[in-house]
Amino acid sequence: MRIGAWAETAAISAAALVSSLALFGVFVALRGLSPLDVYAALFHGAFGTWFSVEDTLTQAAPLMLTALCTAVPARAGLLVIGGEGALVVGGVATVLVGASLAGAPAPLAIAAMCAAGALSGGFWVGAAGALRHWRGVNETISTLLLNYIAIAVMNHLVTGPIRDFAQVLKPASWSIGEGFMIGDLPGTSIHWGLAFGIVTCLGAWALMRHTTFGFAVDILGGNARAARMAGLPIGGMVLVTSIMGGSAAGLAGAIEILAVHGFASASLAVGYGYTGILVAFLARQNPLAVIVVAILLGGISASGGLLQRRFGLPDAATLVLQGILFVAVLAANTLSGRFRVFRPRSA
Amino acid sequence: MPDAALTRRQMLEGSSAILAATGLGGLLPRLARAAVKPVTVGFIYVGPRNDYGWNQAHAVAAKKVAQLEGVKLIEQENVPETVEAEKVMEGMIRHDGAGVIFATSFGYWPNVLKLARKYPDVLFTHIGALWKDGDPKNTIGYRGYMEEPHYLCGVAAGHLSRTRKLGFIGSKPLYFIFNNANGFILGARSVNPAITCQVIITGDWNNPVREAEVTNSLIDQGVDVIVANVDSAKVVIENAERRGIMSCGYHTDLSELAPKGFLTGAEWNWAAGAQFVKAWQTGGTYPNLLRGGFRQDMVAISPFGRAVPQEVRAKVQALRQAFVDDTLKLYKGPLRDNEGNVILNEGQVIANDDNKFKLAVNFLVEGAIGKTGLKK
Amino acid sequence: MELGWWGVVIAVAGGAGRVSVPYLFVSLGETLTERSGRVNLGLEGTLVLGAMSGYGVAYLSGSPWLGVLVAGTAGALLGLVHGLVCNLPRVNDIAVGIALFLLGTGLAFYLGKPFIQPVAPRLPHLELGAWSESPPVRAALEINALFVAGALLAPLLGWALFNTRWGLVVRTVGDNADAAQALGYSVGWVRAASTTAGGFLAGVGGSFLSLYYPGTWNEGLSSGQGLMAIALVIFARWNPVHCLWVSLLFGGATALGPALQSVGITAHYYLLNAAPYLLTLILLIWSSSPRHLLVGAPSELTISR
Repeated sequence: MRIGAWAETAAISAAALVSSLALFGVFVALRGLSPLDVYAALFHGAFGTWFSVEDTLTQAAPLMLTALCTAVPARAGLLVIGGEGALVVGGVATVLVGASLAGAPAPLAIAAMCAAGALSGGFWVGAAGALRHWRGVNETISTLLLNYIAIAVMNHLVTGPIRDFAQVLKPASWSIGEGFMIGDLPGTSIHWGLAFGIVTCLGAWALMRHTTFGFAVDILGGNARAARMAGLPIGGMVLVTSIMGGSAAGLAGAIEILAVHGFASASLAVGYGYTGILVAFLARQNPLAVIVVAILLGGISASGGLLQRRFGLPDAATLVLQGILFVAVLAANTLSGRFRVFRPRSA
Repeated sequence: MPDAALTRRQMLEGSSAILAATGLGGLLPRLARAAVKPVTVGFIYVGPRNDYGWNQAHAVAAKKVAQLEGVKLIEQENVPETVEAEKVMEGMIRHDGAGVIFATSFGYWPNVLKLARKYPDVLFTHIGALWKDGDPKNTIGYRGYMEEPHYLCGVAAGHLSRTRKLGFIGSKPLYFIFNNANGFILGARSVNPAITCQVIITGDWNNPVREAEVTNSLIDQGVDVIVANVDSAKVVIENAERRGIMSCGYHTDLSELAPKGFLTGAEWNWAAGAQFVKAWQTGGTYPNLLRGGFRQDMVAISPFGRAVPQEVRAKVQALRQAFVDDTLKLYKGPLRDNEGNVILNEGQVIANDDNKFKLAVNFLVEGAIGKTGLKK
Repeated sequence: MELGWWGVVIAVAGGAGRVSVPYLFVSLGETLTERSGRVNLGLEGTLVLGAMSGYGVAYLSGSPWLGVLVAGTAGALLGLVHGLVCNLPRVNDIAVGIALFLLGTGLAFYLGKPFIQPVAPRLPHLELGAWSESPPVRAALEINALFVAGALLAPLLGWALFNTRWGLVVRTVGDNADAAQALGYSVGWVRAASTTAGGFLAGVGGSFLSLYYPGTWNEGLSSGQGLMAIALVIFARWNPVHCLWVSLLFGGATALGPALQSVGITAHYYLLNAAPYLLTLILLIWSSSPRHLLVGAPSELTISR
């Protein structure tokens, strides 16, 4: 029965993917390009060479974490779109902690910075979760507003109070120092953030699918009234899942500092949070599937450049493809349970 | 000093010496032409190419580069200043075989440094002019001194402003924005010392709604000449024109957008990029750091608008020539900032190519209304 | 002319008139959609697509009003897609909204590249301030035709929702789908129609951005205005006339930061410019209640269950 459900999810997602690519093919054909050439380039840019694979995995790394910011609360029935804000808040916290721990042994400092990023992100989204449960504020709108507020506060801080004035490239915060940067996975040019992302997703999956807590959250997500009648601690579950989701995105912010930039700046807010929402929905809010979908979307991102350079397609072509994919997956959701071949054999 | 290029040049000189010795000198001109290595040149832009602003100025230069012999141009737009920029540049090298990369946004510099070390056979150019000794030899930093054309815009504004209030809209609080503002104000006050200029920072490289709001707010306060240092000044100039206010352009030629109110504008001349590519192809020499104003032909002013009468045009052109002749210095004493501090004493003069001074500009000159927010 | 602090008041008033229009149209459209029981977060993408298509058509045809019409049609099409897809069983309308936000924005950027440079003809305005000698006052009282249209539409929509049969149908579908079905109305059809109409209005709101103020097409044109407008609908309690006041308030708040900067309050501009978002959040918290999720919300809305 398990296998049936899995196979159904995979088949539906695959059907959505294929039909999206087909529709995208029509799109590019209208420009006079050969769809097959474009598909070949998409594949080549995403998985064709080892460099492509590294590129794809590098792009996928932050998405795995920001997707959890939507996926984990979604299992409790919340629709959180605050990954972008949580990532930014996590990045700022990381820099603050890193700068104050200058001189400390690196492993300690890095652990502290990751914790700072995760906790601050968790607080940011957790606040929205609390507002939802105890004040009835819609979490989709509140996390959206919190995104803008987080970005504004970050910009304010890096332009003033925590600004490193020696940095002339752009308004940027104090640096955490070269010694605290985490490098690449050995033998590759993919940073350690990928490992963090995969491990966090696996952890989230284990928690949500194999513990009582996860089971309780599933009930809440399925039917709030039933959960209430069963006496489940709804407030606690809403809060915990929001905090978990926010922590994942906050950790992504920490990684952006530790592995990529070394300081906070407006380059933290480049849309990883919003793409994460897409990844979460395509993965049907399943943390394990998030890993695969993040890699898929990382691949689209990585090959987008090739589409621009080889075919003159505007950079927005990848946005269009993502949009079509998203709509297709959501529409395909309606097919679940319709096909007899996937239904469990009844007794 | 470009050591890397010497090897190539030595090779060429060596081989041409051999050819001359064997009496095949007659073939030399043709062989010398064949020495132009075909090269793929990649341009990465932080925004759209035809934005009537920063990126368009680079796209114009890219077209010039594309016309060179043996050059194949590839371009990518909307590349954010994150690890993605690194992967895009590397992709151009690995997937498309690029031999020269033009990184046209400030924030790409760390990525350029990293890749230049990894790919010593590829030339990287960057518009930040932050190269210093110890940086890889296959990188070039180049940038024009925009404060000089801003000075000339200020002179035009100073002659034509009736309210004697000017407006300068900046995107982010960075040193080059403040240098440009200072240039603009110094130019205006050289015509009329009673002129003041409001300096407002929007906080974003590109935010049309806010830029329009700031423009309207400034005009409500009586400003009658506006210049905007944002990624695309189109919105500001169009809104200024609608309110009947004069404006100056930035990055590229925006004169068409404001037929009545356009004065002149500060434009880049990124054509030096073509020089770099040619040098790379033929094994010639190239500088690692190239900065210049009018004297080195790295900046320009836009064509004058209808609003500028002939005598003002002549004055501006004469001052432009003074920059070329290096007789006009932008920063000279006595100079105070707008908080009363003395910056330069009587007799003190800053050379127009004094990078150290300009990088450290954290003040706005007297007559400016506003703060830089930079640490003193 | 030394205006000083009066300048701030005038700028905020002018901003209320100028900046509020996209919020007004999007919130009116979303009010209609949500009254029928659907949430369409895709209106942000619709706004951007409307801005692009309106600008492009106005430029190519020379008529800004044709641009507005096409912008509305584009918005309606996107709304129709939302309506139809959400009619399928087990499809979450909030997720579809986010998907269409992405698709709409992507399409707008994709098709809009050739229109970033050109200058399109502008929508006309009324000079309500012609009596004044002061240019700032005159500028603040330049009322655009679309603002007038929106200001008239708000009470009209309010009246129609509560005084016509069609309005009653929409509200019933939004409050109690089963009852509506029992009365013989096709819930799916009504919702799709409302979403389409809402999309039309959002598209028109988008065309205002590009064809009047700021008056250009640019990939940075919208900084979340469509999404904000949806937040405003909740704050306006799904009442079209309240949408008008709330939009004016929000437009004024957006103009506050730049206005203060122009009188010399130059510090903390990021925080000042975030004032509208903070304001909306505070108002939302204040107007929500833990007892009934979202007082006054149509009961069928997914966000109110």
